[in-house]
Amino acid sequence: MADDMMTIHLKVWRQAGPDKQGRFENYTVEKVNPHMSFLEMLDVVNETLIHDGEEPIEFDSDCREGICGTCGFVINGQAHGEERGTTVCQLHMRSFSDGETIVVEPWRARAFPVIKDLVVDRDSFDRIIAAGGYVSVGTGPKPDANSVKIGKDVSDKAFDAAACIGCGACVAACPNASAALFTGAKVSQLAMLPQGKPERGRRARRMVHQMQEEGFGNCSNIGECEAACPKEISIQNIAKMKREYLRAIFTDS
Amino acid sequence: MTKLDARSPDGPLHKKWDNRLEEMKLVAPNNKKKHEIIVVGTGLAGGSAAATLGELGYSVKSFCIQDSPRRAHSIAAQGGINATKNYPNDGDSIWRLFYDTIKGGDFRSRESNTYRLAQVSNNIIDQAVAQGVPFAREYGGELANRSFGGAQVSRTFYARGQTGQQLLLGAYQALLRQVDRGKVEIFARREMLDLVKIDGVARGIITRNLVTGEIERHAADAVVLCTGGYGRTYFLSTNAFNSNATAAWRCHKRGAYFANPCYVQIHPTCIPQSGDYQSKLTLMSESLRNDGRVWVPKDKKDIGKPPQDIPESDRDYYLERKYPAFGNLVPRDVASRNAKYVCDEGRGVGATGRAVYLDFRDAIKEQGRDVIEDKYGNLFHMYHKITDEDPYEVPMRIYPAVHYTMGGLWVDYELMSNIPGLFVAGEANFSDHGANRLGASALMQGLADGYFIVPFTVGNFIANYDIKKVSTDHKAFDAAETEVRDQIDKMLSVGKEGSRTVIEIYRDLGKVMYDKVGMSRTEEGLKEAREEIVALREEFWNGVKIPGSSDNYNKMLELAGRVADFLELAELMAIDALEREESCGGHFREEYQSDEGEALRVDDEFSYVAAWEYDEDGDYEVHKEELEFENVELSTRSYK
Repeated sequence: MADDMMTIHLKVWRQAGPDKQGRFENYTVEKVNPHMSFLEMLDVVNETLIHDGEEPIEFDSDCREGICGTCGFVINGQAHGEERGTTVCQLHMRSFSDGETIVVEPWRARAFPVIKDLVVDRDSFDRIIAAGGYVSVGTGPKPDANSVKIGKDVSDKAFDAAACIGCGACVAACPNASAALFTGAKVSQLAMLPQGKPERGRRARRMVHQMQEEGFGNCSNIGECEAACPKEISIQNIAKMKREYLRAIFTDS
Repeated sequence: MTKLDARSPDGPLHKKWDNRLEEMKLVAPNNKKKHEIIVVGTGLAGGSAAATLGELGYSVKSFCIQDSPRRAHSIAAQGGINATKNYPNDGDSIWRLFYDTIKGGDFRSRESNTYRLAQVSNNIIDQAVAQGVPFAREYGGELANRSFGGAQVSRTFYARGQTGQQLLLGAYQALLRQVDRGKVEIFARREMLDLVKIDGVARGIITRNLVTGEIERHAADAVVLCTGGYGRTYFLSTNAFNSNATAAWRCHKRGAYFANPCYVQIHPTCIPQSGDYQSKLTLMSESLRNDGRVWVPKDKKDIGKPPQDIPESDRDYYLERKYPAFGNLVPRDVASRNAKYVCDEGRGVGATGRAVYLDFRDAIKEQGRDVIEDKYGNLFHMYHKITDEDPYEVPMRIYPAVHYTMGGLWVDYELMSNIPGLFVAGEANFSDHGANRLGASALMQGLADGYFIVPFTVGNFIANYDIKKVSTDHKAFDAAETEVRDQIDKMLSVGKEGSRTVIEIYRDLGKVMYDKVGMSRTEEGLKEAREEIVALREEFWNGVKIPGSSDNYNKMLELAGRVADFLELAELMAIDALEREESCGGHFREEYQSDEGEALRVDDEFSYVAAWEYDEDGDYEVHKEELEFENVELSTRSYK
């Protein structure tokens, strides 16, 4: 396999803390195995940095199989890199060319302040969900699960929206740093299901207001969010959220 | 050694939980908010427990190491969740799920707990559906079920291959609803580094803020630990990068018994390692074994050949050969062990020689590519993406990886550890799966514990104990905080001068664990493992290299603390495996096998739970809980 090894040049955003000045640093990585994921490549860079007495490049990651939503940064100007439907932990070095220079920087949005290097604070997403992104049922005896039937088409559509992993790529990709796809996916999932219908108006109003309060920009239908989403969540969920919001405003439900 | 009492209720099996619920004392509604409860971990067990306790009116503090409670590792569970709804009308019942779980655990779990798990399984499905969890449905609008992990009934509910994600988001949303109501406060990016005991009772925790490095104190009337398993002791596993045993281990060092640490489940169908740089393996659903045929070349001279060029006569379909009745569908431990054996013989394939083929050629020929694509399309896509090989054209390569740990902190019937006020739920406890866990039962246990058991038993504890308020200025908090700070300082001071990185030492630990405390164990190997682990621990404390400081985000410092604990826990795992002179479930001792190479239990001597008490010098003391089987008859598995 040795003959397939690649050399990669990195320009990585380094920032020591939230209030510190950041800058790009250059690194050259030799003998990159094309089967490595992007994060594994960074792991290798970090091992070298540690041995050299330098601080490693900090980034968040956890499951490394594209489902937890912990990882994510911008690669060559694209959230999670160019490959469609992929998180950086599932992006393999074989999708780059030998000798390529790769620019790596954190999500950039006012509502996602940088913590260190490529690590950002996404607490704003939790606050949006806390503003109504749930069905208000307590724990306890419930009607039998099959007592309410849900057509497979509706159920599948709700699932497509529910597949969001909350990584924040949609915000990072949006020129307005809007969280409309993230918020829309949850509003839309729950509005479609019979269990979520009773509080759909209140939910849409509160979640949209919270999104604005967090400092996310407005949606202007550019569509970069859908293109960057590792779960390929449809922009139709934003349209649905807008309809839900208008409905709630005019019907006062 | 003392004998442990699980405090299981009296009465017939099916009445025990009801009887206990009726005996329990209740906390008055207006008093609940005066009681603070700490829940550590926000996976299925922790998320659901914190949400439910908050909803009941307690003041709850919820802690997680991730940046959001939604990212706990339960999110990665793929397959499904069992329940005894019997919707397919194929004869399932609470008894059947109970019996399958006990038998699957190789008769090393507690009857009363396991029965209760089966009893509450249906409530979980109802609860999740009411929350809007989008389970798979049939065209008629009813919930879909499938058979899983060799079960004879279809009792598994699922949400595509993302069941864990959808159930966790349900629990997470329920949790954030309580945040919205002001009943739960979330402390994300916090790591629990110690348990604070006052007068022998759990009264708080010490945490580190993983962003600022601040050491924080939190007092409470009860602590509920839901921090998952210890599979990452093996370095390479299907667990998430940050999954760890630190919170549980630090409770153990404060006196909580650690039960059955040697029971580890190794999953046969993972994507093999491609190089040393890897720190994590990816699981593929074992449903693949329904149609894939497992083989390696008969002769090791063929291992380098492209698999499609190896004629049928030169292939060894070893599972079909050794287990003609079950073939490729033998249980997880049998499939894993046999993959190891053929690789040890030098017949493993792929770049590292640690892989076997899982071949769909015949299935595609018989059923057509469309049918196979329909069944496994997403898995084939995932495999292709990771390995750059098309499994429709060439066989997959698979190898076993550590996936789940059945052992954990010892708990009684009410899920309370031997430390009063310390409750342990989900994978972090040892209670329900015995020596091996059935597929689709981990999600069930996490949610059963969190939604339907802990909220009642914590209340019962609070109502029965006269709990006085404590301040975080108490000297026990001072002492615990000092110890935590000292350990961090010590790591950083060694770390400045050290020569080997945390990852390098950790990788060595993983290798020892896989080789000697893994799928197949021997007395000699376990003794060697123990010595090697002690040596690695010394190497760590004398020569580890750690970058940076403790006053900001420092992933390697976090990991160093966790590896320090794995280096202690690993030794206890070897000790437990050494003491258990039998083979059962995920624990296979080569000295204890039948003439056919099957696991041989020694019921007369080992029908007990081994709960270990910590000892600084490694002289761990075992406490035994005898397992009494009043309702099932112990039988021996046979897959021939």
